[in-house]
Amino acid sequence: MTELASPQRPKRPEFRNINAFKDLTTYRMTPAAWVSILHRGSGVIMFILMPFVIWMFDTSISSEISFGHFKDAFNSGMLGLPGFLWKLAALALIWAYLHHFVAGLRHLWMDLSHDAVTKEFGKSSAFATLAVSLPLTLVLGAKLFGLY
Amino acid sequence: MSVNYGYKRSAVGAHYGVRDWLAQRVTAALMVLFTLLVLARIIFSSGPIGYDLWAGLFAAQWMKGLTFAVIIAMLYHVWVGMRNIFMDYVKPVLLRLTLQIFAIVWLLVCAGWGIQVLWRV
Repeated sequence: MTELASPQRPKRPEFRNINAFKDLTTYRMTPAAWVSILHRGSGVIMFILMPFVIWMFDTSISSEISFGHFKDAFNSGMLGLPGFLWKLAALALIWAYLHHFVAGLRHLWMDLSHDAVTKEFGKSSAFATLAVSLPLTLVLGAKLFGLY
Repeated sequence: MSVNYGYKRSAVGAHYGVRDWLAQRVTAALMVLFTLLVLARIIFSSGPIGYDLWAGLFAAQWMKGLTFAVIIAMLYHVWVGMRNIFMDYVKPVLLRLTLQIFAIVWLLVCAGWGIQVLWRV
């Protein structure tokens, strides 16, 4: 708070009525802003792919025969789309879930602790969120595509 | 701030309460616990990780009940989140209402399907 009140701060450009094409392209987003917008984006991805999630739940769990169909979709394709595209959709879900999960924990922590709502913590926790979600996505994605 | 009360009050707003805000956090916490539970049951399992283990996870009635609660929690959580997004980015009332109705139907269809699968295992 004291930092905001000090008069020596240089004048920052003000953004009002942001133009999506003119201002957003030059807007320098902080790590916390990236984590925030990716939290939304990952939520939308999971919303749109939700029927695919339920389909995976359905075929993977209903019977051993449907479990075979479940595996076939990723190995030899389904609905005219090759298997790797379905794997890509699954990878998108893996990333979205991991990011939403970790960024959500960050939000919950900020709701519970006033100490967590500082500029410094906002920045370091944003980096921490990406440092957890991105490597985990890489590791699980490599497993999904059979790299190990 | 534009006028948002009386006859001009937005009919597709959030109803300006703390209820949905809190519900989104409570449902999030439930889903986190559920995720950790499923992960722990897979990690501490013995034998190959395949169909038998996966279907076995959801065999017990208590797990069905818990998963049912998580599906309902997710329904509410996603509804609050999607409505927030529509309220932030979609300003025309008719379009926003259409998207909100779409989201509700989309989520109900998915939840019904998921619950049906759950009790088929």
